[in-house]
Amino acid sequence: MANDPKASPRAAIALGAAAAVAGAASLFFRRSSKERYTIESDAPNWTKDSAGDGERPVVGTSVLIARPKQELYDVWSRFERFPEFMENVESVSVEGDVSSWQITAPAGQEVKLKNRITRRVPGEEISWQSEPDSDIINAGKVRFSDAPAGRGTYVSLVLSYEPPAGAIGRGIAKLLQREPAIQARRDLRRFKQLMETGEVTTNASPSGRASDSPTEPRI
Amino acid sequence: MRALTWQGRHDVRVETVPDPEIVNPRDAILKITSTAICGSDLHLYDHYIPTLRAGDVLGHEFMGEVVEVGAKSTLKKGQRVVVPFTISCGNCFFCTKQQYSACDNSNPAETSDASDLLMGHPMGGAFGYAHLTGGYAGGQAEYVRVPYSDVGPIVVPNHLADEEVLFLSDILPTGWQAAVNADIEPGDTVAVWGCGPVGLFAIQSALILGAERVIAIDHYPTRLALAKKLGAEVFNYEDVNVREALDEMTGGIGPDAVIDCVGMESHGMSVDNLVDTVKAHLFLGTERPHALRQAILACRKGGRVSIPGVYGGFADKFPLGQMMEKGLTVKQGQTHVQKFTRPLLAMIEEGKLDTTFLISHRASLEDAAEMYRHWHDEQNDYTKIVLKPEMAKGTVEKVLEEPVAA
Repeated sequence: MANDPKASPRAAIALGAAAAVAGAASLFFRRSSKERYTIESDAPNWTKDSAGDGERPVVGTSVLIARPKQELYDVWSRFERFPEFMENVESVSVEGDVSSWQITAPAGQEVKLKNRITRRVPGEEISWQSEPDSDIINAGKVRFSDAPAGRGTYVSLVLSYEPPAGAIGRGIAKLLQREPAIQARRDLRRFKQLMETGEVTTNASPSGRASDSPTEPRI
Repeated sequence: MRALTWQGRHDVRVETVPDPEIVNPRDAILKITSTAICGSDLHLYDHYIPTLRAGDVLGHEFMGEVVEVGAKSTLKKGQRVVVPFTISCGNCFFCTKQQYSACDNSNPAETSDASDLLMGHPMGGAFGYAHLTGGYAGGQAEYVRVPYSDVGPIVVPNHLADEEVLFLSDILPTGWQAAVNADIEPGDTVAVWGCGPVGLFAIQSALILGAERVIAIDHYPTRLALAKKLGAEVFNYEDVNVREALDEMTGGIGPDAVIDCVGMESHGMSVDNLVDTVKAHLFLGTERPHALRQAILACRKGGRVSIPGVYGGFADKFPLGQMMEKGLTVKQGQTHVQKFTRPLLAMIEEGKLDTTFLISHRASLEDAAEMYRHWHDEQNDYTKIVLKPEMAKGTVEKVLEEPVAA
């Protein structure tokens, strides 16, 4: 039977992981039932000191971008443009609601992401969840909301992902050594730079270090 | 090209490094004609600023000729420009509020985490000032890449000499902003701690902005003499009790505004400063805010505290209660250079500002390492050094005729 977990351990792991992601994702889709405060907090869920009960924390990050909401949504909707501002993302191809991502991992490994859009609110929100055969199980959502008049748009990116297992997992773990929160923050900063200035800021310039190139960014 | 690189504490060298290239559409490349060593370069030289890496090209006061432009630069080849030390995109929330040094886009995503953590938010980008501010190569070199070249650089008319306009890059607008931040009113007495280049420009600016009196404090006779020539009353803090002197000179109420042009490496043989010095050397604290403590205590009730001096972290024994009980207003920050370059250039053209009086030496870029040593060790005789890539190695011109004996 195709959906008998015993028939395919890999599929079972993927399904289990997807369920875990869905559980974690619920953290930012609705308030936790364990909420003890009598006053409802207006702070984003991901800024809570504890996500509770050992559930995998959801990372979130927000930026203010001095451009209209619709313009930002339109650019973000073209996933093919992600390599312009996302580190390590080589290419993204889109077929309907499913996007396939090619990511460069250390040691020449190829990592493929396959995400399906689960919700689209034009001009405001895109949510996605990975397909079972994605190398990284993940879920996320990007929201565009109006900042106070004249300031543009608040863009919030919320992510959760399942640390992968197995041989290919070790490669991915290496790739993800950079904390997803940092990665997301940097990607969002680059998106902001691109949308506000028309280019991604780089410090590429000469130095006395043989390892540097005057055309490559450096930390 | 040749460039001055930082190698370690008190170790800078002129080396051959690759030429800069256009990387982004809004970039321009300049051929440097004049570049200066800043007082804040000494914080790098002394290694008080973290995130420097061996091989970094220093220098954030420079000007030159445009030799290459990206597709979206508004500059043209052959133009003479002065470049603000702060890199600003011109598009973000902060730039549109003219808070240029707070630019949210000029510190690259890869380098902005450090200051985000240390300061609470990422700092704006700056040339030649460690990776906290973006890790950009500076302009103590033959060439420099200028990002967002359509926003920062100001084209200068050919009838003005390099040295008349060079300081638009930093110290002139920094001294000007210091005086603006002092919110000077008619009849005011303004006290200025530190008569280095920024202090001298702050004195000149305070007088132009309407201060009745400016009192300047330092311990180098040559620098005090320059301040006096500008019209300030001066005294040496080694000879008098600073607080008593300021009270006596203001009928007991203290100066209306105080300006700290000293920053994190304050001199002075007081107990608090000795403790701070020891701690700074042990990396237990970064600040030696002796001058600022003194300024806050000296300031009149309800007065203003302006701090152009550079600080980098947490300070101990800070007179917070004194600030509260006396009702002081404090303004500080990196200079929003782009806000001031045009009006200041107009004042230079009209002859309202003297911008060359403080230059003591002109030297070849090749001799930059030696000049750093002089700048660090002989602050009485070396009041401002301008480096010229076109000058031959070994040529040093003494500009300031009569330094006063220390």
